[in-house]
Amino acid sequence: MKVKMLSRNPDNYVRETKLDLQRVPRNYDPTLHPFEVPREYVRALNATKLERVFAKPFLASLDGHRDGVNCLAKHPKSLATVLSGACDGEVRIWNLTKRKCIRTIQAHEGFVRGICTRFCGTSFFTVGDDKTVKQWKMDGPGYGEEDEPLHTILGKTVYTGIDHHWKEPVFATCGQQVDIWDEQRTNPICSMTWGFDSISSVKFNPIETFLLGSCASDRNIVLYDMRQATPLEKVILDMRTNTICWNPMEAFIFTAANEDYNLYTFDMRALDTPVMVHMDHVSAVLDVDYSPTGKEFVSASFDKSIRIFPVDKSRSREVYHTKRMQHVICVKWTSDSKYIMCGSDEMNIRLWKANASEKLGVLTSREKAATDYNQKLKEKFQHHPHIKRISRHRHLPKSIYSQIQEQRIMKEARRRKELNRIKHSKPGSVQIVSEKKKHIVAVVK
Amino acid sequence: METAPKLGRDVPPKKDKLQAKKKKPRRYWEEETPPTAAGAFPGPPRKLKRNRELRPQKPKNIHIRKKSRISKKPQVPKKPRERGPQRSLSGAQDPFAGPAPVPGEVVQKFRRVDKSKKLPRSKSKTRSRLEAAEAEEEEVSVRAARSELLLAEEPGFLEGEDGEDTARIRQADIVEAVDIASAAKHFDLNLRQFGPYRLNYSRTGRHLAFGGRRGHVAALDWVTKKLMCEINVMEAVRDIRFLHSEALLAVAQNRWLHIYDNQGIELHCIRRCDRVTRLEFLPFHFLLATASETGFLTYLDVSVGKIVAALNARAGRLDVMTQNPYNAVIHLGHSNGTVSLWSPAMKEPLAKILCHRGGVRAVAVDSTGTHMATSGVDHQLKIFDLRGTFQPLSARTLPQGAGHLAFSQRGLLAAGMGDVVNVWAGQCKASPPLLEQPYLTHRLSGHVHSLQFCPFEDVLGVGHSGGITSMLIPGAAEPNFDGLENNPYRSQKQRQEWEVKALLEKVPAELICLDPRALAEVDVISLEQKKKERIERLGYDPEAKAPFQPKPKRKGRSSTASLVKRKRKVMDEEHRDRVRQSLEEQPQKQEKAAKPTGARPSALDRFVR
Repeated sequence: MKVKMLSRNPDNYVRETKLDLQRVPRNYDPTLHPFEVPREYVRALNATKLERVFAKPFLASLDGHRDGVNCLAKHPKSLATVLSGACDGEVRIWNLTKRKCIRTIQAHEGFVRGICTRFCGTSFFTVGDDKTVKQWKMDGPGYGEEDEPLHTILGKTVYTGIDHHWKEPVFATCGQQVDIWDEQRTNPICSMTWGFDSISSVKFNPIETFLLGSCASDRNIVLYDMRQATPLEKVILDMRTNTICWNPMEAFIFTAANEDYNLYTFDMRALDTPVMVHMDHVSAVLDVDYSPTGKEFVSASFDKSIRIFPVDKSRSREVYHTKRMQHVICVKWTSDSKYIMCGSDEMNIRLWKANASEKLGVLTSREKAATDYNQKLKEKFQHHPHIKRISRHRHLPKSIYSQIQEQRIMKEARRRKELNRIKHSKPGSVQIVSEKKKHIVAVVK
Repeated sequence: METAPKLGRDVPPKKDKLQAKKKKPRRYWEEETPPTAAGAFPGPPRKLKRNRELRPQKPKNIHIRKKSRISKKPQVPKKPRERGPQRSLSGAQDPFAGPAPVPGEVVQKFRRVDKSKKLPRSKSKTRSRLEAAEAEEEEVSVRAARSELLLAEEPGFLEGEDGEDTARIRQADIVEAVDIASAAKHFDLNLRQFGPYRLNYSRTGRHLAFGGRRGHVAALDWVTKKLMCEINVMEAVRDIRFLHSEALLAVAQNRWLHIYDNQGIELHCIRRCDRVTRLEFLPFHFLLATASETGFLTYLDVSVGKIVAALNARAGRLDVMTQNPYNAVIHLGHSNGTVSLWSPAMKEPLAKILCHRGGVRAVAVDSTGTHMATSGVDHQLKIFDLRGTFQPLSARTLPQGAGHLAFSQRGLLAAGMGDVVNVWAGQCKASPPLLEQPYLTHRLSGHVHSLQFCPFEDVLGVGHSGGITSMLIPGAAEPNFDGLENNPYRSQKQRQEWEVKALLEKVPAELICLDPRALAEVDVISLEQKKKERIERLGYDPEAKAPFQPKPKRKGRSSTASLVKRKRKVMDEEHRDRVRQSLEEQPQKQEKAAKPTGARPSALDRFVR
């Protein structure tokens, strides 16, 4: 007879002294871990609930401006520095870590229409209603010195926007036409127009740095190549586009914030159909900015809220609002992709977390592992109805909520009408136009 | 450092010989047969010869060694790695080039997705995502299989000499042969006074609770033999069960269900569960299932103290109950020979299986949830397959029908027949026990009243009319426990932590169903329904293939006539395809239609379409 009994030596399973860690032998045999899926599901549900519990996105409000904040700019080298221009012509530079204003400049008479930093971070440019373009040093003046601009260019017309080239000492302004300036000269290198309407914003492409995009109040978006004297192409939409923003990771993708409450993501190689129509706002979208990862963007709207959209989804994943925040004029996603800043009508700049339930500060490795695990679980079970309902739930102010309902009814009515029209006309005579194509009027080359 | 036998040409032949004499590097995966191999498993005696051959042998020469390596079939990775050892910069060779091979059957054990099932037809984006997820799963199962190597303990076994029947080996012999620590696990509690005992081990296998018919209730740490409490409830005790930890104890007394703590203090008296005959605790759902004389199966949520469901089985008195540890379905045995499967989410049984002629006396389900053993009044002992078919795999008539059945963690089946306990073993862990030859038998001093294998110990606890007996069954238990699930050596702090975690991930009672993995699969039916509703709402199918629109060709070739012609061509081709398809389907349909009309043609056949 040969016999062996299972006999464990407790020394192998119990810690020796109280100072040791407890021993945890593992065995991944599935029969020892029954109900894997239901338990994971419950964990995912708990993680989703916790995410909603900890969703406290609002971080700080920077107050100090004496009029509505009209434009914001990021510092290219310093994460903590942010520049803002207000409707009374005042420019302020903020330190985000201290949440304090470190410098104030009375830059223009009337609005500061646009502000942008130079790629090296040593100076910045502002344009205002007083038909001037001014270049300022980033550092404040020495003791006893006057706070004077480095250069001032007097233009003939009002400039409404400005953007700096990402690599070269060249910047572009817009107004009646798009002007491209050399920093050393007082006259533009070239001026480009297409039609006779005021252009509201101009943006350089961060990858293909010679490309520019602009949007004008005659409802069109025009693309330019800086090396040519004429514009490249334009697309005309149903309503006017307020601003555009290029995707920092994909050179040919840009998103346009439109007056018709939607945002349109275009591929510049095929402008006749937008890649995605992003709908959720209930009023005109005023500004848009991409996350540095190029996966998401944030939009600011007249409906007193900002929303975060994934690039490939038509619905927003997040909406931020507070009781006191009025019409949001400008929004920026910080370069570390963790925070969002927005400037609004009621003179405040607000700082938000890009990921509402994220824990700030240094995480221990166990915390990190736990959040990663929870994230994966949420992703795995995201389509289960109970989890979906909890993770999608957002509280909205009554005005936005009722407007959403109203718009849903309107949309339903339009759809019904269209269906009836199809039903009562000769088959094939009424074309079904997809939502993407509906808002594009024409593409002109 | 040893070098591999294959050396470069520039090495002199003499040295080469010396090198060849030197031992080849021993590979840890070749060293001995893994614990899960057939040899380590307690099997019936007729398998012994083969088992012996499979027992660890040192390979005699390189040739055999190589062969043994091939027979292991290193499945993963599939890329050929037969390039031989590679030289590094220092000239030393890596004798273990490439990733370590993993035996295929071990990987199979950890595989979650069924590879034979094809991926559903989906858009390319979804498809690529699915494929990536599947590859990840595969990687996970390979990693888990590789981690088997780290398991510290090997299971026990019992083998007779040539031709010796293991069933003839007495407990006293085993006790004599094993080490002192194991011998101490065999004990008899002589408690004749308080009549047949029911017993229950806690989930970690450390604690034992038993209750006698005449009211004697006790709980002890049976490994150290330290008594936790001992009381007399002055009422008949029908069944006893530990709740999620050893601190709580449910006792089915004559009238009501009572809950005691480990000091013997009565915490609750649950009057909604009256005249309970059997108790089962579902640890992951925190549900205490009670079967009563009144014919009700009641689920009590012990974490909140609410009754989740009270189901009327409509089959009279219920006194045969067990749980399926794989999917938490309760199996009830009835006096009409059926076994019904219950979940608290359904008012009706999930399934009813006709198992025996006459009543069902005992039911047991193994830990993988694949086999169910039943015994009936007709003296039959049957093993059923629970994976979908519910068909009997094997059956055997016993001279005296089994009144109590229990499965061990490694698939051994114990049956109590009168005052005898028989244990049967299978080929390996996943196979059903072979009923021809018992693995062990034992005669007790009284009639068996309850049976349970102790988790993580090679011990079978038997409650009988003469008290409690703890039998040694080598190879019954899973040797390697998981410290985060059930740790027999856990400290109080660890238990508290585990309790909080377990409560946080309490599975809702509504999720109990036959297939616990159903939650991770695509709900095709509601998906189709949703799609249909969407098409109805929109008035058209947004995912439908757009009609062919010919692209404009070069200048001069794109006349209206040619466009129409090209369009026509595509349409005709599509039409032809459709016709071909319908023609292919037609004969099949006709065959189907022809079959149901019986052998004799009827005059009414002409109206059949």
